[in-house]
Amino acid sequence: MRRRARRAAFALAVVCAGLAVWSAAAGGRQQPPPARTPSDAALARRGRDLYAGTCATCHGENLRGVPGRGPALLRGGAAAADFYLSTGRMPIADPTDEPSRAEPQMSGADIAALVAYVGSFGGLPVPSADPARGNVARGKETFTESCAGCHQVMARGGIVTGAFVPALQDVTARQVAEAARVGPYLMPVFDAGRLPQRDLDDVAAYVRYTAHPDDRGGWGIGNIGPVPEGMVTWLLAAVALLGIVRALGERAP
Amino acid sequence: MRARVIAVLAVIAGVVRGLVRREPPPGLARAEREPDPRKRQVGADPRAEVAVAALLVLGGALAFAFAVLIAAYPQTQLLGATLAAGLACIGAALALASSRVVPREVDVEQRHPVAEEVDEELTQEVREGGAGISRRRLLAGAAGVAGAGIAGAFVMPLTALGPSLGDAPNDSPWRRGRRLVDPEGRPLRAADIGIGSMQNALPANDPSALEDLAAPIVVVRVDPRTLDLPPDRRTWAPNGILAFSQICTHAACAVTLFRYPVDEETSKPPGLVCPCHYSTFDVRRGAVPVFGPAVRPLPQLPLAIDGEGFLVANGPLSGSVGPSYLNVKRAKDVK
Repeated sequence: MRRRARRAAFALAVVCAGLAVWSAAAGGRQQPPPARTPSDAALARRGRDLYAGTCATCHGENLRGVPGRGPALLRGGAAAADFYLSTGRMPIADPTDEPSRAEPQMSGADIAALVAYVGSFGGLPVPSADPARGNVARGKETFTESCAGCHQVMARGGIVTGAFVPALQDVTARQVAEAARVGPYLMPVFDAGRLPQRDLDDVAAYVRYTAHPDDRGGWGIGNIGPVPEGMVTWLLAAVALLGIVRALGERAP
Repeated sequence: MRARVIAVLAVIAGVVRGLVRREPPPGLARAEREPDPRKRQVGADPRAEVAVAALLVLGGALAFAFAVLIAAYPQTQLLGATLAAGLACIGAALALASSRVVPREVDVEQRHPVAEEVDEELTQEVREGGAGISRRRLLAGAAGVAGAGIAGAFVMPLTALGPSLGDAPNDSPWRRGRRLVDPEGRPLRAADIGIGSMQNALPANDPSALEDLAAPIVVVRVDPRTLDLPPDRRTWAPNGILAFSQICTHAACAVTLFRYPVDEETSKPPGLVCPCHYSTFDVRRGAVPVFGPAVRPLPQLPLAIDGEGFLVANGPLSGSVGPSYLNVKRAKDVK
């Protein structure tokens, strides 16, 4: 009996340790970029079959797109394919919906195969950004100038007419780079002329920072800006003032 | 976070409840501890008077400091701190004066109509309101300082209403041949502007550009085949590169949002969007408003590419910058 309990506890510990390692790995989710090796051709062949079954209905034969259903994939190339698939935005049920972030619907191997196939037509290669080489302070400046208009200064997202703008706390550095170079959905394009690699590293460092900001000065209140901050001030100050009034006043006997 | 809100509210509730409970129970016990509030109590407490005067002078000085700071060194935190401290001092002075300095009396109004002689009584009471206060001049002077400080604090912000902008919205630094530079001052090369990208720009060699409402512009590039500009603007967008005033024609916010679709058929056409009220401007038709409260198009800057490949202005802006309430003068802008 006791031995069984001990064994169960051991099994539980192993599971917990496994989960901890997995979640730590998931926290720094940084999949290696798709390999550029001779086996690419085989990978791309597998990708072609997957493409025909999953993507061709909307994106057409040879990535040429289908009017009214899905765009051609020739410009976005491997960068766009990896971005849309790894963030779970594709496949999408209704092509007129805004693709939004979800759990990836395909396995890593399938995504790699599709990325290799789409990349074999040319288009943008998968870019990278290295937050370790970036500077958070400079990144915040660049982000404020170029990204915060839509994504909000603390990258909590917002809206633009016609689209929801996603929050960026869950994105990886590579997805930041892909989004900048591709300009998914209604986002403008930030190519190397507009946002050099150094600035991109800075922005990636800042975006990763916004996932756990240090809220210097106190309470973050969700980091969504001055309106909730003002509301908290007013509500707390109003209660405090009522208390002072109550303390000063006297009841008639 | 929710736990912290609840904790703060609980502390406040506890303090308020404590204050309520501290009040002694009504009846005999109360009469023993405190004098009957129905009896007239004359303060006659010179120390309290000095304290009230000190608080009033301090409060007045802080409020006056606010008025000076707003003109000399308008730093938000400092302004808030001085005005809040000033108001707190004056509030504390009033609270202290009401409990320790002025005579206190509970008056119960009778239900029958107030007769002439009662009025006289009341007048007499008001006249006697200062009984027991020895340093009357000091208190009056201190109250004068407090009043003057507060008046200054409330009058000075009115200066923010002026001076009028005059002709500034129509007086733009953009002239034919002037180069466009990015916010760091580097000239913009046409070849570096990719399709679907957006870039803030200012006039080259203009030291006052950052303070000039008519200086900032946004440069965007769309597929030149999709342009749909009015006939007289056909040559204004070389290679599909367009430039518009960045100041929204609704309420003068900076237009900082640009949307550019991957696939227009399943999403939306390109547009510049103002973050304040989501006015949306169709860049391909010369920034006419297609959504939101703005009614006038963003003024467009005709562009050209010079011999070295840099972007230059090819004429002045097409209209008055900013919202109509900023003194728009050209009749063709008012639609």
